[in-house]
Amino acid sequence: MIAGRTKNQAFKYITGVASASVLLIVLAMLVTLIIESLPALRHFGLVKFLTTADWNNSTETFGALRPLFGTFLSTLLALIVAVPVAIGMAIFLTELCPNKLRTAIGTALELLAAIPSIIYGMWGLFVLAPFLETYFQPLVANSLGNLPIIGSFFQARMAGGVNLFTASMILSVMIIPFISSIAREAMAQVPPMLKESSYGLGATRWETLSHVVIPYTKMALAGGIILAMGRALGETMAVTYVIGNRHAGLESIFSPYTTITSVMANEFNEAAGLQLSSLFSLALILFLANFLALSVAKRLLGGKK
Amino acid sequence: MDNLRRRKAVNLAAMTLASLCAAVGLVLLFIILWDVLAQGLSSLKPRLFTQDPAPPHIPDAGGLKSAFLGQGLLTLVASLIGVPLGVLGGTFLAEYGRHLRVCRLISTLSDMAVSIPSIVIGTFAYAILVLPMRRFNGWAGAVALAIIILPIIVRTTEEMMAMVPWTLREAAFALGAPYHKVITGIVWRASMSGIFTGILLAIARVAGETAPLLFTSFNSNFFQLDMSRAVPSLTVSIYQYAASPYESWVGLAWAAAFVVTVLVLLLNIAGRIIIKFKKKN
Repeated sequence: MIAGRTKNQAFKYITGVASASVLLIVLAMLVTLIIESLPALRHFGLVKFLTTADWNNSTETFGALRPLFGTFLSTLLALIVAVPVAIGMAIFLTELCPNKLRTAIGTALELLAAIPSIIYGMWGLFVLAPFLETYFQPLVANSLGNLPIIGSFFQARMAGGVNLFTASMILSVMIIPFISSIAREAMAQVPPMLKESSYGLGATRWETLSHVVIPYTKMALAGGIILAMGRALGETMAVTYVIGNRHAGLESIFSPYTTITSVMANEFNEAAGLQLSSLFSLALILFLANFLALSVAKRLLGGKK
Repeated sequence: MDNLRRRKAVNLAAMTLASLCAAVGLVLLFIILWDVLAQGLSSLKPRLFTQDPAPPHIPDAGGLKSAFLGQGLLTLVASLIGVPLGVLGGTFLAEYGRHLRVCRLISTLSDMAVSIPSIVIGTFAYAILVLPMRRFNGWAGAVALAIIILPIIVRTTEEMMAMVPWTLREAAFALGAPYHKVITGIVWRASMSGIFTGILLAIARVAGETAPLLFTSFNSNFFQLDMSRAVPSLTVSIYQYAASPYESWVGLAWAAAFVVTVLVLLLNIAGRIIIKFKKKN
């Protein structure tokens, strides 16, 4: 009896320590990142670090502005493309698709979301980048590129198809399955009674969707979009392949640029001193931004359940 | 009546647009899969698994044997650390600590930790293991992967065990079994297939990870499985070879990418089949 009790106690403590390890690791990560970023943040000052565009090894000036802007802009462009497509897809799957095909497509989407990002990156480099360069860039450059003032932002100046726009497109391809499966799940949870009352009033399918289903699921949809944003912010390999990693001003969406993750992937293993510390600061910013996005998303997603 | 026609037209337009979105998205995703399969299969040769890297100008030579072994070793060590820790941790959250507030916090935190960018986890492993040891080493890579695995397994274990009906535990308690026996003999057994699926999916997730290895275990061109030094890695090799200007290396990268994709998909499908099988019984 006593042996059994001590064994139970021992098991309780072992499992307890194991579960505490998650908490300890996350805390240790936060503390380590802060300690390692301190030299750079002290040297430049937080505000100056965030607002300096220069990233120059020979003069030892490192600023986060360009990587931050690159991450922000590529994520934004990716969401602009991915959100309508993914929600359209979810609408198709919940409203129009025959039942048999629905599970097949749903499973396929989930499997595609499991493919490692390096595969998406390779595909982006060898297939998507040349495709966009030959077919899409001239199209945009000849139409939007002729606009006054903002036109030059759509002109292609550098060859190779390796640029901010291609990176955004790869990101959007990666988050489409993700957003659409969250949207699909949310839409499937709308009580049939609500939809039927709307149909009973004579509403068309689209009217039911836009007046009943989407308002009912808007929290979950927003949560899903923010989750996808968190993913796009931290995506590394796919972006690193096609962004071009160029520390210079962004003249056009078809220019090579840089993001937080691509700078880290490219420079971390050879960095030392102030540069290493600056890279750690970028990692810290990404860590915090991601946590912020996730807690907002969790609140939105949890609110409905 | 005109109004009705307009509404119907709007409906038709919206539904067509949704179908188009679905078609575009699906076609795109299948093109990716197709490209990886086609390009990979055409460059897939037995020497990929039997030879070590060769200089790019030697025809018909060079493979990624040690990279496969190295990646396998890293994944194995990561699993040996992450799986027991995760299963035990999830067990505490679902059983002993189910009413503790700190356990709800850990549970939420694990949910969020699943989505920490893997490269950030890599920087953490770099700070705690590469900087003190002053060189790239396999332990750092394996620890980074283990940190990715851990929260996934904690969460799935917790969820799967919480699904086991409480009456089952009470029946065992009534027979006089102590709590740890109830957990290991009843609850674990009842939720085994779910936990196992979680483990498979977690391993599938890290099997293709690249970013956290780039500056932890790095890569090595030699057959080298000493964990205290840089360990050859398949995914990092894919990254380096695909970015190289040599056609033979790019071919190797495609072939390796094909193998990784198939492996990850198979692991995912296996996980799904186990869950389906369990549901049927």
